[in-house]
Amino acid sequence: MNILYSPWPWYITGPVIGITVPLLLLIGNKQLGISSTLRQICDACLPGTLPLFNYDWKKDSWNLFFAGGVLIGGLIGGVLLANPEQVAISQNTAAYLDSAGVHDRSGLLPAGLFSWSSLATTKGFLMMIVGGFFVGFGTRYAGGCTSGHGIMGLSALQWPSLVATTCFFLGGIIFSHLVLPFILAL
Amino acid sequence: MKNIQYLFVGIIFGLALTKGEAISWYRIQEMFRFESFHMFGIFMTAIPTGALGLFLIRNWNLKTMEGTAIDVPVKKYHHGVIIGSLIFGFGWALTGACPGPLYAQIGSGSLVTIITLLSAIAGTWTYGRFQSYLPD
Repeated sequence: MNILYSPWPWYITGPVIGITVPLLLLIGNKQLGISSTLRQICDACLPGTLPLFNYDWKKDSWNLFFAGGVLIGGLIGGVLLANPEQVAISQNTAAYLDSAGVHDRSGLLPAGLFSWSSLATTKGFLMMIVGGFFVGFGTRYAGGCTSGHGIMGLSALQWPSLVATTCFFLGGIIFSHLVLPFILAL
Repeated sequence: MKNIQYLFVGIIFGLALTKGEAISWYRIQEMFRFESFHMFGIFMTAIPTGALGLFLIRNWNLKTMEGTAIDVPVKKYHHGVIIGSLIFGFGWALTGACPGPLYAQIGSGSLVTIITLLSAIAGTWTYGRFQSYLPD
């Protein structure tokens, strides 16, 4: 297979992600972070009286350009240079997903679960609408996401970011073991 | 002009997330089940790379391209760091995405993720609406 289309191993992916931390600082003293764009969109679309959104979002508009770049990066990596093979997950995960009924595993996320038609089903509603709501609510409450706390905060050796990242994983581990199997069985 | 540079760094970030399959729902399930080293390897190389970059910036006292000072504000602890992070963890397990991967998933052709993103924006708004009632 052409090397351009192959997925990147972790030891290439990780350093490329990490290098964006000093790059953003060197360009204009910006701290890597994505969840703040959700707040900016709230402020730009619904300028109101809520204290959280009562700030000059245009001052932080660099972040929206960065997010636009992430979307273009997804287009390049997921369409132009798309890996024609299935994601090479471990045998154990594949067996679990089979037992949970997730058989169609083409693409980066299961089309059977994440599609327009499944939005109206209980399962699709929980996974996309409720899941998305948790992501937006939780990251703002926590003051950052996997980039802002997990990569940026930990790179800067900030202990609240270690607490946050530990709890991201704790929440994800608890949920995927104790709750997700029931949702997938719906 | 500056914004084009941020856009460019975003492209690098999004490309790495996508080609590294960090935006894949399957990879996130695998990670939370501890069934592969892949995602942990990404974190365990991304963080030291960022830390090294930050160390060199401080050690050599580097400035931004405009010549202004580089400073990283201290993140303050509040209880929301624990409560909010746990809630985000639930969402991460459901959607297979953090905020960054939401944008990358849309770019990679999963247009229905626009709905997930809109719901995340609604979640952020709801937090802002009820912020004063929640434990800090």
